[in-house]
Amino acid sequence: MISSRPPSAPQPRSPFPSATPAKPAPAVLESLAHGASVRLAGVRRAFKGGVVAIDGVNLEVGLGEFVALLGPSGCGKSTLLRLVAGLDQPDEGAVEVVGGGVAFVFQDAHLLPWRTVLENVALPLELAGIRAGDRLAEARAAIDEVGLGDASGRRPAELSGGMRMRVSLARALVTRPRLLLLDEPFAALDELTRHRLDDQLRALWLAQGMTVLFVTHSITEAAYLAQRAIVFSSRPARTVADVPVDLGRERGPAIRTEASFARATRVLFDALEQAGA
Amino acid sequence: MIRRALAPLAALAVLLSLWELAVRALHVPAYVLPPPSAIAVAGGAEASTLAAAAFCTGRAALLGFALSAVIGVLVAVVLASSRLLERALYPYTVFLQTVPIVAIAPILVLWFGAGFRSVAVSALIVSVFPVIANTLAGLRSVDPALEDLFRLYGATPTATLVKLRLPAAVPQIVTGLRVAAGLAVIGAIVGEFVAGYSEEGAGLGITVMAANRQLRTDLLFAAVLSASLLGLAMFGAVNLAGYLLLRRWHPSEKSDRS
Repeated sequence: MISSRPPSAPQPRSPFPSATPAKPAPAVLESLAHGASVRLAGVRRAFKGGVVAIDGVNLEVGLGEFVALLGPSGCGKSTLLRLVAGLDQPDEGAVEVVGGGVAFVFQDAHLLPWRTVLENVALPLELAGIRAGDRLAEARAAIDEVGLGDASGRRPAELSGGMRMRVSLARALVTRPRLLLLDEPFAALDELTRHRLDDQLRALWLAQGMTVLFVTHSITEAAYLAQRAIVFSSRPARTVADVPVDLGRERGPAIRTEASFARATRVLFDALEQAGA
Repeated sequence: MIRRALAPLAALAVLLSLWELAVRALHVPAYVLPPPSAIAVAGGAEASTLAAAAFCTGRAALLGFALSAVIGVLVAVVLASSRLLERALYPYTVFLQTVPIVAIAPILVLWFGAGFRSVAVSALIVSVFPVIANTLAGLRSVDPALEDLFRLYGATPTATLVKLRLPAAVPQIVTGLRVAAGLAVIGAIVGEFVAGYSEEGAGLGITVMAANRQLRTDLLFAAVLSASLLGLAMFGAVNLAGYLLLRRWHPSEKSDRS
């Protein structure tokens, strides 16, 4: 269940350094522009030993888009995401994120095992120097949003894999990011749990309107989640197709069995085939 | 609990009985190998002396251990702060491990005077290396994704150290301290061999040497037993502290090992 934020809750804000200095914007403007935009031009990244992870990648993602980056495992999509997050620098080309406020969800939950769920979720705000009372309130709200309200005092070792991943999601959401980067976040989970988390993520995106870049190697997951899927070839990763997923904004689990969904996956499947993946 | 203690206790009883019987049957002289009963009698008769000696040694070992915990972790933090520092200085910490404490104990007496302080420093020198080595390994083996996360959220180096690296290294630090606890007792006793004479009282090392000179092998054994009990107590205390610290989150302390 996704609870909407009560009106008394603090305004969404991003305490993180952004490409443009944060200006106190009127509430109306803020609600219109929750997302960030991303632009990659001629990006190349090679590693020691000559492995070229990505080469000649051009990519534009607009405000509030939900984009799936689809390609075979280990094709360099993760490297791309790290470049967008600023965790790595390209050898050639430019990476530009306008609107700041980036959050990252890794393949595994990567929580601090000695901290409770609440303290884990509050961590990004703690590192930004937010007062304890404020950051814990924000963390509680984020934990409620992913439906883990009653687990906030537990430690990661006492949670299931799906719950840990939701904590990781809450930790990313607690900063009210304008750009949410997810690197095959649910790949290690069983299918039922994954479907539930897919739904949760979509609901969060619809409610908060941030821009989402979702790396996956699953065609059905890409079709189910995204408005648009960008298909990559194997190493070095190059964009080989940019496919809109015409399934509307509101999607429920029932759509997985509909003909339109089958058609959408078919299109992605063909694009991947052509990529030689 | 009682059931699990049964097997080792039974083994001990069998071993002690065999020892007792063999010594009596073969008429081994008591100054070569006293029977367990004689060791128990000597231990009982000299109980207050042994307790005072154990207290004296324990105090120095405890101070040496505490110093090596603090210094060891600090040195590891400094070494872990830069690859260059680690490359430059780590070889010399290995030197600590190889230094023959008996040989340098006279120097310690020159610097710190005979007695408590020299003995504590000796315990420190012997026990600090495993703390440095394990802490360093712990600080180095932090999950890279978590380091990325801290970078992404603009964490300062101090925040990363205090909120990520040090807590993540706690299991390895505890491992280092476990080894150091036993070594501190050994270091204290060896230190006493050379530097232990003073008016403040005689430790177990002094007791061991005195008993040896007087051919009181029964008392010698009782003193050695006291020393290992002392080491065991310190090891147990570190174990307990590690358990209390780690039981909520680390797999090494999670299972009840029933």
